[in-house]
Amino acid sequence: MRQLAAIAAFATAVALLPAITSSGVVLNIAIMTLYAALLGQAWNILAGFGGQFSFGHAVFFGTGAYAAAVLQARFGWNAWAALTAALALGAGVGGFIGALSFRYGLRGSYFALVTLAFAEVFRILANNVQFTGAGVGLMIKLDPGAARFQFADKAGYLYVILAFVVVGLLVSWWLKHSRYGAWLQAVRDNEDSAAALGVNVFAVKLQAIMLSGALTAAAGVFYVQYFQYIDPSLAYGPAVSVEALLGPIIGGLGTVWGPILGAAVLHLLGEATRGLVSSLPGVNLIVYGVLLVLMIMFLPRGIIGLVKCSRP
Amino acid sequence: MLHIINFAHGAALMMALYGVYYLHQKAGIDPYLSLPVMVPAMFAAGYALYRFVVAKASHGKDENILLVTLGIAIVLENVALTLWKSDTRTIETAYTFTTVAIGPAMIALPKLVAFAGAALAAALLLAMMRGTDLGRAIRACARERQGARLVGIDVEHVFAMSFGIGLACLGAAACFLLPAYYVNPQVGNGFVLIAFTIVVLGGMGSFAGALLGGLLIGVVESIGGLVLGESLGQIAIFLIFIAVLLFRPQGLFGARA
Repeated sequence: MRQLAAIAAFATAVALLPAITSSGVVLNIAIMTLYAALLGQAWNILAGFGGQFSFGHAVFFGTGAYAAAVLQARFGWNAWAALTAALALGAGVGGFIGALSFRYGLRGSYFALVTLAFAEVFRILANNVQFTGAGVGLMIKLDPGAARFQFADKAGYLYVILAFVVVGLLVSWWLKHSRYGAWLQAVRDNEDSAAALGVNVFAVKLQAIMLSGALTAAAGVFYVQYFQYIDPSLAYGPAVSVEALLGPIIGGLGTVWGPILGAAVLHLLGEATRGLVSSLPGVNLIVYGVLLVLMIMFLPRGIIGLVKCSRP
Repeated sequence: MLHIINFAHGAALMMALYGVYYLHQKAGIDPYLSLPVMVPAMFAAGYALYRFVVAKASHGKDENILLVTLGIAIVLENVALTLWKSDTRTIETAYTFTTVAIGPAMIALPKLVAFAGAALAAALLLAMMRGTDLGRAIRACARERQGARLVGIDVEHVFAMSFGIGLACLGAAACFLLPAYYVNPQVGNGFVLIAFTIVVLGGMGSFAGALLGGLLIGVVESIGGLVLGESLGQIAIFLIFIAVLLFRPQGLFGARA
């Protein structure tokens, strides 16, 4: 219950942000942080709770983004209807990849490599199929209106992404407190023992990757609505996959608040380094890389782990 | 071989290419003559990188090695981007455009030299794995880590040595590649998955498999490019990679574990 109260407090605090400041820069940072947090939450479901490290979450992100863009630009769908379809497609792609890799017992690094390869396959496909606009990418019409999931001011986007993140928080909380979550964590901690105790390992992992895929697709849809543009390397390139895993690892794997904490730390750090040495490209990514190595080296349980250790 | 999956392989190759490039531009050293510099330098870098970063950070878990090397790759790539910008650079040597006729085929001389160099390096590696104590130790660690430790092998040292040897190969590859290729901060990315594909296809830890896998992938890449077009052809490699991982994880030539 304390967790739920914290989630409510967090949502209220962020929702009040536009009332305090109308600065586009601040709101943009908040939106991009929440967006990164959402990617992280989705990845955290599969990796943090389920122990299956994916290096190709871009495959779900890109599928969601392209579903939204194609359905709107080519078929004139409403954006919210496209979101529903994108969630289903994200879950579907997750189910497909999951069914193949878990059916054939891929674990650890091999699973990571397969997801990476799938992302590459999708990227090459998107690059070559006219349907998705090929290498040029797809643009959607700018037409603000809440009914069309587009907003004239940043506050609207903030509320939407906040709603998504709250859903992510509730899912994580549910994983911590439900029977299904317990199964999933048992599979992470020891797959063979979990199977011996009667957990249907295959089904549990499959459901986790579908859930994770749908949530990642939601991030993809948000991306398209926010930037009105998508192309193959934005959608399926490795940058998204990396962004998805940085937050939870830095914040704390398999925790409710880890992805948000990690995303916030990363974005504030990124903004700070960009402010200090703005002339050099890639400096903030160097910081991210170093941080990733250092975290795994010294704090494998993330910032949350550190906080928990210091409390008696 | 040791089930170390190194994501920084591509980035390390990129750094080595820059090394060769600057040796050529600043010191006027021919790419082929920079071999005696690059190979030991890359070996030392690899050994140190494993000892002081990868081993310390991995806590003995495979996924952590993957993540740490990913972090290293991000750092290297962006250091290169910061230092040298994203321009694509090439070097010109007297022999860049020389071709040699072998029967009916005209082959660019740098590619021929690269082929000979790769074959020689593979032969040397094979001889080392078969005939030296280090090679035996590496094979022992791959088979049974605990057992190797029990009979007195310094496992961490052996892992670091093999990591260093892997990077030393990249140093050699960079010397052979650059006359016929180019370098930019992203150049390594294209190689990483292809390298994984070759190794997985040939069977982890099998040298002959890696050689045959390399040839096979080269042929698949060319045929894929011919049939499906230059950019869609790439897909063939990844589909093979996925199929092998799913259906024959021991590789085409490996024995079932």
